[in-house]
Amino acid sequence: MSVNQVALWYLVASVCFILALKGLSHPETARRGNYFGMAGMAIAVLTTLSIPGVSWDRIGVILGLMLLGGSIGAFVSQRVQMTQMPELVAAMHSLVGMAAVLIAVAVVNNPHAFGIEEPLPMGNRLELFIGTFVGAITFSGSVIAFGKLAGLGKHFRLFSSAPVVFKGQHLVNLALAVVMIGFGIAFFMASDKGWTPFIIMTAIAFVLGFLIIIPIGGADMPVVISMLNSYSGWAAAGIGFSLNNPMLIIAGSLVGSSGAILSYIMCRAMNRSFISVILGGFGAAEGTAATGAEQKAVRSGSAEDAAFLLGNAESVIIVPGYGLAVARAQHAVKELAQKLKEKGVSVKYAIHPVAGRMPGHMNVLLAEADVPYDQVFEMDDINSEFGNTDVALVLGANDVVNPLAHEKGSPIYGMPILDVSKARTVMVNKRSMASGYAGLDNPLFYMDKTMMVFGDAKKVVEDMVKALG
Amino acid sequence: MTGAIDPTVVNLIVFVLAVFVGYHVIWNVTPALHTPLMSVTNAISSVIIVGAILAAGRGIFDVGTSMGALAVVLASINVAGGFLVTQRMLQMFRKKQPKGEKRAS
Repeated sequence: MSVNQVALWYLVASVCFILALKGLSHPETARRGNYFGMAGMAIAVLTTLSIPGVSWDRIGVILGLMLLGGSIGAFVSQRVQMTQMPELVAAMHSLVGMAAVLIAVAVVNNPHAFGIEEPLPMGNRLELFIGTFVGAITFSGSVIAFGKLAGLGKHFRLFSSAPVVFKGQHLVNLALAVVMIGFGIAFFMASDKGWTPFIIMTAIAFVLGFLIIIPIGGADMPVVISMLNSYSGWAAAGIGFSLNNPMLIIAGSLVGSSGAILSYIMCRAMNRSFISVILGGFGAAEGTAATGAEQKAVRSGSAEDAAFLLGNAESVIIVPGYGLAVARAQHAVKELAQKLKEKGVSVKYAIHPVAGRMPGHMNVLLAEADVPYDQVFEMDDINSEFGNTDVALVLGANDVVNPLAHEKGSPIYGMPILDVSKARTVMVNKRSMASGYAGLDNPLFYMDKTMMVFGDAKKVVEDMVKALG
Repeated sequence: MTGAIDPTVVNLIVFVLAVFVGYHVIWNVTPALHTPLMSVTNAISSVIIVGAILAAGRGIFDVGTSMGALAVVLASINVAGGFLVTQRMLQMFRKKQPKGEKRAS
């Protein structure tokens, strides 16, 4: 295939990727979109294999390697639990980051393989520098994010979902970043291959990735994971620049802007600036603010009491949170909703944008339990309905329903919340009175109309189903 | 404009336009599908496999080609994993419950 033909096929693949993303505007078109994505990827790979200069026996090896990687990917994709989706996505980000770094090493080693002259022109070096350090940060940052999400904090403090902070952290990061850029410039100016500055720069970038993510707490994970999503895209685009490959640039920018927009949406849903999330340390005071809370009286009830109230209600809105994901209670919840509907109760679900550990986490869990998506509502669409609702059932959510967000001076003031306190009765299922990740007490729990149902979300909901049965 | 345009300039043009396309397409994605969006963008960003194939496919067997080979494996984990897990999730988003048979695909 000639260079022009290759470029045109890459264009076709790029259009397929755009269609894949466009399909996601509605659940009905999303599946077709995904097929476009697969087709685009197939075209991209086949086109690349047919570029002259790749020998036949090498193609055999490459196909073998792809089969190996592909089988691992396919195996994991079928085995993974829907509740583990955030971990999976973090792990996959790290792979993209690592691949970008490896390719950059190959480019430095032998630019001819990519049709670039040797020694590398300065422009390519600059692009390579950007692609490499973004890739390295994506890798190590995602590894930490994966550890935090998978709950490895029990074994390694670095993976603790509570922020890991130390004195002068930001100063250290800044100094490292400056040094890294210094070596980047050295690589840029080098007259030979520039291995030494390249390796040092890459190593610093790896360390920097670790240091950037460790101070960020569990509740900020939706932002982190979106941000790393964005980085993995920019890394691909950076590599695309240095290889003069338009398809990599297009795909990378699509992914980069996608992650950036998701980060923005998540930050807005928490009413926090991106910078403050990245600087981390939020929720470090966890536990201290919560201790005073135990004294105040709460009204608690059993699952049976709750079931009785639910059964006699006319309308119920269910608010799922991270606790539901941890307890894997989504199927039980669906059963409860079914039972209530049989009794003529109207049931809806309300989802806060940052409920869970990644954007859209709750929607996927409910979809897994076969909850039709037209019963699931986003915050802005359902908030006005709480006033006419008999029971708001909060399952394992805390900060996203905390009325303190309406009070000036509270740390979460201004954060958009689900107004469950407007419902006639509020039921909150939690495992204990511990505060949420913001480390704040929640006045909702002490309201007269609130009934606390303590226990594991799955157990409690199953008991409710039994009581209704 | 008779001389050839520097490839970097062309790249920059492509980049800026692609960011605009991305911006507009992504804002149209329904919030309910944000998790599949992340997994599919993940799969798409692993189109970096193209670079890995070039790295692994040419020249004598050395540091560069072995790095490329490793990158091929990593990226193809992502390609398969990303698209298939997205597919699995999207299968679950249905309007009414057709019960049973359709879920097999």
